[in-house]
Amino acid sequence: MATYQLTVNGSRKTVDVDPTTPLLWVLREELKLTGTKYGCGISACGACTVHVAGVATRSCVVPVSLIGERPIVTIEGISNDPVGRAVQNSWVEKDVVQCGYCQSGQIMSAVALLKATPNPSETNIEESMGGNLCRCATYVRIREAIKSASQQVK
Amino acid sequence: MRPALKVGNDLSLNRRSFLRVTSAAAGGLLISLYLDRSIAAQQPSPPKVFPPDAFVHIRPDGKIVITVNRLEFGQGVQTSLPMILADEMDADWSQVIGELAPAADVYKDPLFGIQMVGGSGSIAHSFQQYRELGAKTRAMLVAAAADRWQVTPDQCRTENSVVYGPGNRSARYAELADDAARKPVPQEVKLKSPSDFRIIGKKVSRLDSRSKCDGSQKFGLDLDVPGMKVAVVAHPPVFGAGVRTLDDREARRLEGVRDVFQIPLAKGSGVAVVADRFWTAKQARDRLKIDWDLSAVERPDTVQLLARYKQLSTTTGTIAINRGDAKAMDSIAPANRIVAEYEFPYLAHTPMEPLNTTIRYDGDKAEAWVPSQFQTMDQMAIADVLGLKPEQVTFHTEFGGGGFGRRAVTDSHVQREAAIIAKRFRGTPIKLIWTREDDVRGGYYRPMHLHRVEVGIDRDGIPAAWRHVIVGQSLLAGTPFAMLIKDGIDETTVEGAKDMSYNIANLNISVHNPTVNVPVLWWRSVGHTHNAFVVETLIDELATRARIDPIVYRRKLLKSEAKKLQSVLDLLDAKSAWRQSLPKGRAVGIACHESFDTAVACAVDVSIENKRPRVHRATVAVNCGLAVNPLSVESQFQGGLGFGITQLMAKGAITLKDGRVEQRNFDGYTPPYISDTPMTVDVHIVPSTDPPTGCGEPPVPVISPAVVNALFRLTGKRYRTLPLITI
Repeated sequence: MATYQLTVNGSRKTVDVDPTTPLLWVLREELKLTGTKYGCGISACGACTVHVAGVATRSCVVPVSLIGERPIVTIEGISNDPVGRAVQNSWVEKDVVQCGYCQSGQIMSAVALLKATPNPSETNIEESMGGNLCRCATYVRIREAIKSASQQVK
Repeated sequence: MRPALKVGNDLSLNRRSFLRVTSAAAGGLLISLYLDRSIAAQQPSPPKVFPPDAFVHIRPDGKIVITVNRLEFGQGVQTSLPMILADEMDADWSQVIGELAPAADVYKDPLFGIQMVGGSGSIAHSFQQYRELGAKTRAMLVAAAADRWQVTPDQCRTENSVVYGPGNRSARYAELADDAARKPVPQEVKLKSPSDFRIIGKKVSRLDSRSKCDGSQKFGLDLDVPGMKVAVVAHPPVFGAGVRTLDDREARRLEGVRDVFQIPLAKGSGVAVVADRFWTAKQARDRLKIDWDLSAVERPDTVQLLARYKQLSTTTGTIAINRGDAKAMDSIAPANRIVAEYEFPYLAHTPMEPLNTTIRYDGDKAEAWVPSQFQTMDQMAIADVLGLKPEQVTFHTEFGGGGFGRRAVTDSHVQREAAIIAKRFRGTPIKLIWTREDDVRGGYYRPMHLHRVEVGIDRDGIPAAWRHVIVGQSLLAGTPFAMLIKDGIDETTVEGAKDMSYNIANLNISVHNPTVNVPVLWWRSVGHTHNAFVVETLIDELATRARIDPIVYRRKLLKSEAKKLQSVLDLLDAKSAWRQSLPKGRAVGIACHESFDTAVACAVDVSIENKRPRVHRATVAVNCGLAVNPLSVESQFQGGLGFGITQLMAKGAITLKDGRVEQRNFDGYTPPYISDTPMTVDVHIVPSTDPPTGCGEPPVPVISPAVVNALFRLTGKRYRTLPLITI
């Protein structure tokens, strides 16, 4: 066990965990931030996507010991960001979700995309969202919601 | 999945049940549904533990809580069922809350007789039920208002949770609730005419959107019950094998490991690890040294299995249908016959939320939290393991992250594992998590199938004789539903072929259901997944040979009674004018199919990119009777088409070698990602006031045949082997 200081959604948190514990499980089990989901554990589905220092990151494969001082933003904190809020609102407006389990990760990937590329092409969307699996296959509406959010953040 | 236990065709509430009203403890009106004696008599004793029995609760604050008798796992019933009740009740939709029902007799599917989601029946089977509940609630509120104002009920009208009476009088439902609770429940009530619907038939946004976009929606896996421990189970590498010896010393050394012990499984045995946290439990499991006893179990191998299935397909099996003259084929010249062999692999469901169940056992009672498609059976299984009666197990239905059939398992194997572990930890809640690897390698797949079809074509290009052998495991054999197998035929093997809507004079379909040591399960749209693929690609082939447009050909061949399919082909024809002017390198593919009483026709615009099919556009026409929530129908079709692409993925197969599943996770078994699925899907609904039919499964069967029919136009090749590894 080791003690780590993390900055999550702007708050300072202290956790005492095995250094190999992936960030995902620290968020879910230690900090009770269950909006970030476990889907595969091998960074193949994107359900666990969070922002680490602004970069969309698969939290299921990043040991907590590697986080250091980098601030973490999860789905629970993304509405504090104007792009985050716009994406969440577009998602609701376009009625994207079905089961909803993957959508935290989808939204976190979409926010990262729009921050880097405010006016994304279909190719940009497919590249940035290409690792986020949705078994309900809500992809058509994800495309629409990203384009709609893009109009709002420009 | 398929209809399970049919208890009758009467969906009316009156003859099977009665309503009771009570004042809720915290105020307001609580309307409960009770089963009548004839139904209740079939149950050992009615549950009276936790279930509140309620369907409607009008709270003093004006909120109207409507109980949803189904699992919500994406299909949208947590919105659509309340819409139905709220419409008849004239409730203010902005104040409606949908809550998932716990396991209880009153929440059983009115048609199937168990509490479940399956057979695309959530709306179809509960439409009438929810309408009557809403209308009766409204009638009681009106009666209370009429009494208060000393007028007759027919002098009153209702709108948006308010009763209006003569002389500008009005009262909000919440104000009337306590009085209404003292009114008798009307025996008969007039339902609205469809032209008076205010919510039904409108595009209504989901009630669970916001909570699923801000991370606040809790799924089964997200539960954090005080004092909870986490369990994982090491399953045998071959189905049904057991532990010979276990060395758990390394595992037990990890801080936070609470126990390691052998447990019996549905077949064979495994090792449970219980720890404070998931990561500890998983690491401990990785450190187990288990010598598995494989001596007594069959080790299936899909390569060998395929050879065996091919051999079987050359012989006639158990007859599913024999229409016309079985010898008709013999009079057709070989040059006028198509002989086609189709291969379908095992498919895993892989819902995004891995399987899980949380149980606390307290000796004389238990509490369970499960994202379950089969509440009745899962509750019974937990009770069985714990030595309790089902009603002693308070069973909470948790939101599910997808399911597609995987949460409707007849042997409740996940719940049994969890109960066995919880029993050892009396008083401590145990959350059992199946990792993705457990899920991918854990069985309960869509069965592997081999089809061999011979079609004899007459002078007009019409199939005069169709001889078809289907080989694949039965879904029902060996389960509590085995009694549904009639004359040796499991309908789930032949549905979509045996009952095809094409007029074929001489039709002979037979089945071999071999027994294989691989657990199998219904996978969204069940037998239609493979049968529609075979039928719709062959019909396309026949149309091509006859040089007739694929829509025209289908119309010509459809039985006259296939009205729904005719209607969707007509609508598709009108809405897919784009197919006449496709750019170079693009081709159209058509398919249509009826399943679960819903007819679907689909046109896709396909090119080949990076050696894979690229679906630029899909247009679908749907006849699902009255579309309760057209927005939800649209979403189900957009998503269902994408889901159906699973069986075209290059890595869309579960294979076994020497008894072991060769895939472990999404790297080896890869469902469709964004660029694999249609870029746009436009959904057109045939206007109808017929009773609503399901939309969960019917989108799935059409997409894969439509795509390969388009690929044929690009490559000249027919694709009869899935997964689609090369094109």
